[in-house]
Amino acid sequence: MTSQPKVFTDATAALFDLEDGISLMSGGFGLCGIPENSIHEIVRQGIRDIHAISNNIGNSGRGLALLLKQQQISRATCSYVGGNPDLERQMLAGDVDTTLVPQGTFSERIRAAGMGIRAFYTPAGAGTLVAQGKEVREFDRPCILEYPLSADFAIIKAEKGDNYGNLWFKETARNFSPLMAMAGRTTVVEVEQLVELGDIPAEDVHLPGVFVQRIYQGRDYENVIEIPVYQ
Amino acid sequence: MADTVIDLIQPGSSLNLGIGMPTMIIERMPPEKRVMIHSENGVLGVDGRPGPDTASPTLINAGKETIAVGKGASFFDSALSFGMIRGGHIDFCVLGGMEVDRHGNLANWMIPGKKVTGMGGAMDLVHGAKRVIVMLSHFSKSGKCKLVSQCELPLTGERVVHQVVTELGVFTITDGQFKIEQLAPGVSREQLGITPELLA
Repeated sequence: MTSQPKVFTDATAALFDLEDGISLMSGGFGLCGIPENSIHEIVRQGIRDIHAISNNIGNSGRGLALLLKQQQISRATCSYVGGNPDLERQMLAGDVDTTLVPQGTFSERIRAAGMGIRAFYTPAGAGTLVAQGKEVREFDRPCILEYPLSADFAIIKAEKGDNYGNLWFKETARNFSPLMAMAGRTTVVEVEQLVELGDIPAEDVHLPGVFVQRIYQGRDYENVIEIPVYQ
Repeated sequence: MADTVIDLIQPGSSLNLGIGMPTMIIERMPPEKRVMIHSENGVLGVDGRPGPDTASPTLINAGKETIAVGKGASFFDSALSFGMIRGGHIDFCVLGGMEVDRHGNLANWMIPGKKVTGMGGAMDLVHGAKRVIVMLSHFSKSGKCKLVSQCELPLTGERVVHQVVTELGVFTITDGQFKIEQLAPGVSREQLGITPELLA
């Protein structure tokens, strides 16, 4: 057992042990910061019955929506469906068992999993459908008990990463990625730039490499702008 | 409507803008108000829109639209972003809505059997921001007033809305009523489509 991450040549090499029925976290907000190479590799492998955990499960037919189109996802945990017609259709048809989680609760459950927190109370969702079947406790206001959310694999994209797995994210591409990296039992990171140790100054490391098991240099990024709005 | 909302925001405050109509505020916020605009995908300090040459696929708001940031901006992960919200560090949030009722209940995330957008960050925002403003068109496509006695759609939060802004006026939720703060020019109480006993 070693905590040292391993550098892999590409997505195929890094995702050698995926199986049907895995839980899979994927970073990204809409299409911003999604692990494009790993997603394409999972499409290629064709594994099925995936429990996908991601804020949007893809969007506009791209990202994890590619897995939805191939019926590779049977369960989804997410916060937002708008903008993802593939998910909305399969959810309403009952093909994908979908659990909607308030976005702050979603992030905190993932953080809790990585940080060893066993449960927490939050006001988000109290008095709504989200509270159904959950313990409610009165603090300054009613709060519901929420549990951590982890996954067999987390697939993450970062702008820069070094051989140890230290990561640096660009602008708002950070979103859920460092949290999921902490909550994945095996965390696989793809980067725009694989750099040498020390190239990311210690003060600027957004996620220490101890949370990363595998890293590889990605390629052919599309980096789609979903909704361009200009001055 | 965007300008009406901007008048309700205190200078120097922090402000979260929801998806949809509220994002119009980004373009119209006067710099001299020194408002720090937060977007829950992980940015504080949104400052207008980029040009076609400066737009970045990694710089977006929660509506997935391209944005620009100003001096003093910061980026962070989603847990920190929602900690900012839930921890009471954001002064105002402006959300869209499907229905608001006289007790300040809000519905804005699903129509059973018809449409599900998901709650996104709305359920966290309504319990975290110090002041919750809902910005919505006054009537639905079928002509029904969205300011109601009791929400029929599944709730986003109970007793969470402070103010409502529509194209017809500004209303404060007070003691189970919609208190009229201002009406748009030429609009009378009768045109609001709100039962008189719900109005103050």
